[in-house]
Amino acid sequence: MSDWIEACTADDIDEEDVMRFDHAGRTFAIYRSPDDEFFATDGLCTHEHVHLADGLVMDDIIECPKHNGRFSYKTGQAKGAPVCVNLKTYPVKVEAGKVLIQLAS
Amino acid sequence: MTAGMVIIGGGECGARAAFALRENGYAGSVTLIGAEKHLPYERPPLSKDTMISPEHPLARTIAGEDRFAEQDIRFVAGTTAIGIDREAKNVILAGDNRLAYDRLLLATGAVPRPLPLAAASRHCACLRSYDDALAIRAQLQPGARIVIVGGGFIGLELAASARQRGAVVTVLETQARILMRGVPEEIAAVIAARHRQEGVLIRCGVAIAAITDKDIGVTITLADGEKLEADLAVIGIGALPVTALAEAAGLETANGILVNAHLQTSDPDIFAAGDCCAFPLALYDGRQVRLEAWRNAQEQGTLAARNMLGLCEPHLAVPWFWSDQYELGLQVAGLADEGARTIRRDLGDGAFILFHLAADGRLVAASGIGPGSSVARDIRLAEMLIARSACPDQAHLAAPDIKLKSLLAA
Ligand SMILES: Cc1cc2nc3c(=O)[nH]c(=O)nc-3n(C[C@H](O)[C@H](O)[C@H](O)COP(=O)(O)OP(=O)(O)OC[C@H]3O[C@@H](n4cnc5c(N)ncnc54)[C@H](O)[C@@H]3O)c2cc1C
Ligand code: FES
Repeated sequence: MSDWIEACTADDIDEEDVMRFDHAGRTFAIYRSPDDEFFATDGLCTHEHVHLADGLVMDDIIECPKHNGRFSYKTGQAKGAPVCVNLKTYPVKVEAGKVLIQLAS
Repeated sequence: MTAGMVIIGGGECGARAAFALRENGYAGSVTLIGAEKHLPYERPPLSKDTMISPEHPLARTIAGEDRFAEQDIRFVAGTTAIGIDREAKNVILAGDNRLAYDRLLLATGAVPRPLPLAAASRHCACLRSYDDALAIRAQLQPGARIVIVGGGFIGLELAASARQRGAVVTVLETQARILMRGVPEEIAAVIAARHRQEGVLIRCGVAIAAITDKDIGVTITLADGEKLEADLAVIGIGALPVTALAEAAGLETANGILVNAHLQTSDPDIFAAGDCCAFPLALYDGRQVRLEAWRNAQEQGTLAARNMLGLCEPHLAVPWFWSDQYELGLQVAGLADEGARTIRRDLGDGAFILFHLAADGRLVAASGIGPGSSVARDIRLAEMLIARSACPDQAHLAAPDIKLKSLLAA
């Protein structure tokens, strides 16, 4: 079975922005897209393990703050050099203003 | 076209170009010739993680052998191109082996600028390659005395790494301050203070008169007669573009292999990109520059590949680089020396950004420093403003509560 974990409230993140969420020794990034949908990925870049939440969200892309590696935060796909390993993504739902992410157990 | 594409130089730029040829649908033969025996690897970690990682550091390769095979890219390791026969359109390898090309890319990079006084010393080293890094790393023992000649990026990053390994570090700089090139004084001061806090002795305005080997270690004599003893001296006084091949082939060079905005040399079938080339920056009225920066090597490698295929696109990217020392992250977008006026934006936690504006109010560069990635997002947004030649409101730039993203929308 898998659990839904409360990560933050919807108001914590602006549209087209990202927030870091730490849970049980792991770190995630929670995104709010320009069209007001929420997404979640692993929190660290697959290139040098830097927190992606310090990066810039543009449309459906998160750009790593360190060397500008780009991922789609909706699919986790790495979009070319210097990143070549995809990001893991997690299901997200919003209930009563709370953003919940599902971590496989 | 049947001979195919040949790339000389298996560094960041050459490797990127090889893959970009395939990404852009090229089906002919692609050959990448590299003088080093390793698969193409990233150099930036060499002065950072490679020096401080507790385990034996591996070179961080740009792509594994499997990807070269899968993309049908022939990588010829440990082989130096020794000539170009432009008439026959051949690259000449040792033993007069020849390799025909339709289009050729020179991605030969740069090498450390030699210090003549250090030429005969066995205890002086330079840092450019993975092999250089391993040799230096082996000497970074606790208590080892390391003198770094040159207060530029590589020297200072190495100083930080050496301190973290317990070495006793002195940095000698002939100029009045460290990081004279490309970094504003306010930011250089933060970096210098951080090094001093860690116990690195930074001495500016000093000249070296002699370097003398001893059985163990080396004596560095300063112009005023003072003698410094070291186990190892690392020379980090800049880099020179590798242009000999281009010069011998009669291509135009001037502090780099000269190329136009399409990265084409004076021979239209030969391109040059990365650290080895001098190119015009459209952003600054075609000012001729040569960059020694990792993202530039990637961008130009990718663009050169497209133009080798006939796309004829200009290089428009804003220059950008970073440096890491201790927990501090520095990022600079644009060329700071294009600025006439500076606006400071404080981001908290000691992090700040300097926006450099031209006399007409255009944002031409932004330099930032702070812990970790604290300046990254604003530098990236500034880069987009620079690319648009925007003239942002100065009061807005100075006010951290006004998001730069909102200026981009304006
Ligand atoms: C220690 C270090 C740290 C750095 N840190 C940063 C950083 O933090 N941020 C940043 O932006 N940049 C950094 N850089 C700069 C960045 O690594 C370079 O800009 C980048 O490597 C340039 O790529 P290039 O392919 O043009 O040249 P290179 O990487 O120099 O590659 C050129 C290759 O061509 C080969 N070659 C040359 N001539 C021939 C020939 N005739 N035949 C065959 N092969 C040949 C060379 O052996 C070399 O392998 C750093 C560089 C170093 C050395
Ligand atoms: S750490 Fe993310 S691109 Fe390098």
